[in-house]
Amino acid sequence: MAHDVKVPSVGESVTEALLVQWLKNDGDTVQADEPLFVIETDKVTLEVTADTAGTLNIKVQEGETVAIGTVVAVIEKEETSERGKKSGPEKKETPEKEKGPKAEEKSQDAATPGGNISPSALRLAEEKQVDLSDVTPSGPGGRITKGDVLLFLESSEDRAAESDTSEPDKAEPDTPASDKAETDKAETDKTDPEERVTRKPMTPIRRKIAAHLLKARQNTAMLTTFNEIDMSRVMALRQAYKEPFREKHQVSLGFMSFFIKACIEGLKQCPQVNAFVDGNDIVYHHYYHVGVAIGSGKGLVVPVIRHADHLDFAGIEKAIVTFVDKIENNRLELADLEGGTFTVSNGGIYGSLLSTPILNSPQSGILGMHKIEKRPVVVDDAVVIRPMMYVALSYDHRIVDGREAVTCLKQIKACVENPERMLLEV
Amino acid sequence: MSQKNTYDVVVIGSGPGGYAAALRAVQLGFDTALVEKEKTLGGVCLNAGCIPSKALLDSSERYHQARHKMAAHGIEIKDVRLDLEAMMSRKSKVVEELSKNLRQLLENSKIEIIHGTARVEAPDRVHVTRAGSTGAGDRELILPARYILVATGSEPNSLPDLDFDGKHIISSTEALALDAVPKRLGIVGAGYVGLELGSVWQRLGSDVTVIEMLPQAAGSADGQVARTLMRLLKAQGMDIRLKTTVTQAAVKKNQVEVSVKAKDKSDTLSFDRLLVSVGRRPRLEGLGLEALGVETAPDTGRIVVDAAYRTSVESIYAIGDIIAGPMLAHKASAEGAAAAECMAGLPGDVNYDTIPSVIYTSPQAAGAGMTQEAAKSRGVPFLTGIYPFSGTGRARCLGETDGFVKLIVHETSDRILGVHMIGPSASEMIAEGVAALEAGMTATQIARMVHSHPTFSEAVQEAAAAVRKN
Repeated sequence: MAHDVKVPSVGESVTEALLVQWLKNDGDTVQADEPLFVIETDKVTLEVTADTAGTLNIKVQEGETVAIGTVVAVIEKEETSERGKKSGPEKKETPEKEKGPKAEEKSQDAATPGGNISPSALRLAEEKQVDLSDVTPSGPGGRITKGDVLLFLESSEDRAAESDTSEPDKAEPDTPASDKAETDKAETDKTDPEERVTRKPMTPIRRKIAAHLLKARQNTAMLTTFNEIDMSRVMALRQAYKEPFREKHQVSLGFMSFFIKACIEGLKQCPQVNAFVDGNDIVYHHYYHVGVAIGSGKGLVVPVIRHADHLDFAGIEKAIVTFVDKIENNRLELADLEGGTFTVSNGGIYGSLLSTPILNSPQSGILGMHKIEKRPVVVDDAVVIRPMMYVALSYDHRIVDGREAVTCLKQIKACVENPERMLLEV
Repeated sequence: MSQKNTYDVVVIGSGPGGYAAALRAVQLGFDTALVEKEKTLGGVCLNAGCIPSKALLDSSERYHQARHKMAAHGIEIKDVRLDLEAMMSRKSKVVEELSKNLRQLLENSKIEIIHGTARVEAPDRVHVTRAGSTGAGDRELILPARYILVATGSEPNSLPDLDFDGKHIISSTEALALDAVPKRLGIVGAGYVGLELGSVWQRLGSDVTVIEMLPQAAGSADGQVARTLMRLLKAQGMDIRLKTTVTQAAVKKNQVEVSVKAKDKSDTLSFDRLLVSVGRRPRLEGLGLEALGVETAPDTGRIVVDAAYRTSVESIYAIGDIIAGPMLAHKASAEGAAAAECMAGLPGDVNYDTIPSVIYTSPQAAGAGMTQEAAKSRGVPFLTGIYPFSGTGRARCLGETDGFVKLIVHETSDRILGVHMIGPSASEMIAEGVAALEAGMTATQIARMVHSHPTFSEAVQEAAAAVRKN
């Protein structure tokens, strides 16, 4: 897609400007916000930056006088996937941002431990009770400056949000829980009968969730396919083996283990759904780290069951119980939230009939489970009542074709409906 | 002058770092000696750096104005003639006077000044070899010391295959004392030294070509400031070639032939003089520090110090260009004073977040605190506010409307993180930025602070007001 680069308006009385200099060459790849060219009027000299990333196609050469609004270049937007690869600076930046805390930790190590701290930084840190090992030094020779401590204080709120919710922002399909919490809050805020609206700044956590979800929406070609699952056999199975299972494994048999096992069968059949887009490449994962969205009083998190394919039913159920326990006791570690290749989210526990889950970026697939309700269905030309669940698989259409997504979801459906398939791996 | 049995502090080097340290040390009650290798005090800054270059920049700017800018003000000057000799001797006089003042100041403060070459023999002993002509006293001296402060500064880097010959291939030292205006002056390195000296000689009539390897001139300046400066200097006629490297240079028939290579084209240029200004390296040779086990950083060769400016040998301190950080006179002075305080057990400190840097071109460029690039790479949420000098009445009166003031401000706290400017008197105006940074002021506070009208500094106020408008 082409994007016009125009000479911006620089003031009411100014109708034309001199294009003094191109800071980029024709054919260069430019990033959003990078300075492109300089215009001069009798009033101002202005650097004009790129609105969007892409390849620059210059239409007007340096030294020409142009009217305000003239298209002086066109930026050919590249495929999003391509952009990641080509864009030098942006690529460098993104991981930096994502891995912010890690990168900082590293540079701390480089600093002389305990030795290189400005006295003023030390005093401020003592006053504000800042742990200096958390502060990134910027001074010469790895010295921690007062400014470093100030910046740390200013960002500590965001930082707290980051580590609290490292992943929960990805837990979109289950957001009802946090939405509910916020609605509750909003309601208590509405105690003043005169007030018709309440305006509140988003909490840092909410802002992060918002940014992450919007990013997933904007940067992927997301599409959702639906199906429905007859739960009767799996329910019967569960009913029959509930007690012996608990006795043997000290954990109760839930539906989650069936779905996760079924997902692995689906992913094995359609490896693209278990892959990531990275620049121009597709990264296939030959392991199955399945994230499970878990709602709790403290918010939503998506801990990852690593190598879920190596676990048996009891192993999966135990993993989930362990995570729930960790969440409740605030013991969840960052490592528990990292590395997922696919996500399962159960909106059914809140009563959702149907939804389109948002991808947990950079993953390419997410399964949405929903509530089980008895519905009339046709089986062998007879209308019968069956416990049914709608399931939704959202996928990144850039690398997952519709056929694969549908096949994957059909495999999940088949495995849950006929659990013996998982036993026999068919 | 009598020799003391032992000194509390022996400072090696009388540059802005060394003399500031010595002055602070005597204030704190230390018996202090200052060792200087050269005949004159003040180090590179006073003798072959900041001061002489500013004298020449000011003189050459006046010449340039007389020739090109006065007419616009309705002043006609005929037969403007350059007397380079007079200009140079004025420069020398400025240097001499300042050096003399410095000597007086130090002597009045009861600092013992010893001219000679120092070697740190032991952690508590400095050996000085006096120059033959200094007269009185022994040629070899031993100065026992409780603390030794090394402040020997830096010297220009040379390029491989481009060794200084002092005549054709020269460093900044010689470029400040040429006896004739070179017709064509080549400069390798578009840092502040190259751009300032290039400006001097260009105003005096040289054709100046600056060759820079990196994609940006003016080193660590804010990118927008650097690009603007580049554009304005080019408009003045300076040929600045970025992303260009020197592949070969040879002196032939009183000319320097330089082969340069840009992205996809090569060129051979011919100059009367070639100034190599590609940064500076710490001056540590012959000090004997290595033998004592004073640690240096393997990548930069600079001495490693702790927060109290102490080296890995407890009684030896180091400051200025020989330790990490920008090689700036005022940074060295601040460190010198702080180091002396640390020796006295006080919490000596330098605020590295606010150290200003200035390029004395025309217009001047100045900055303090975080650049936009730095804020971005550190992931700090920030806003910017920019105001052009063309919007200020004062700049219009002067007829110097190029440039702008730019503030980098923390997005949530509104605290000012960086102040950058290019324009008239930027070197003076940056002090307001430094004060704001030091005090942790917000953009709103600066915007509400009353600035007198009409002044250049109104641009700072307007830039602050523009932060939240954008």
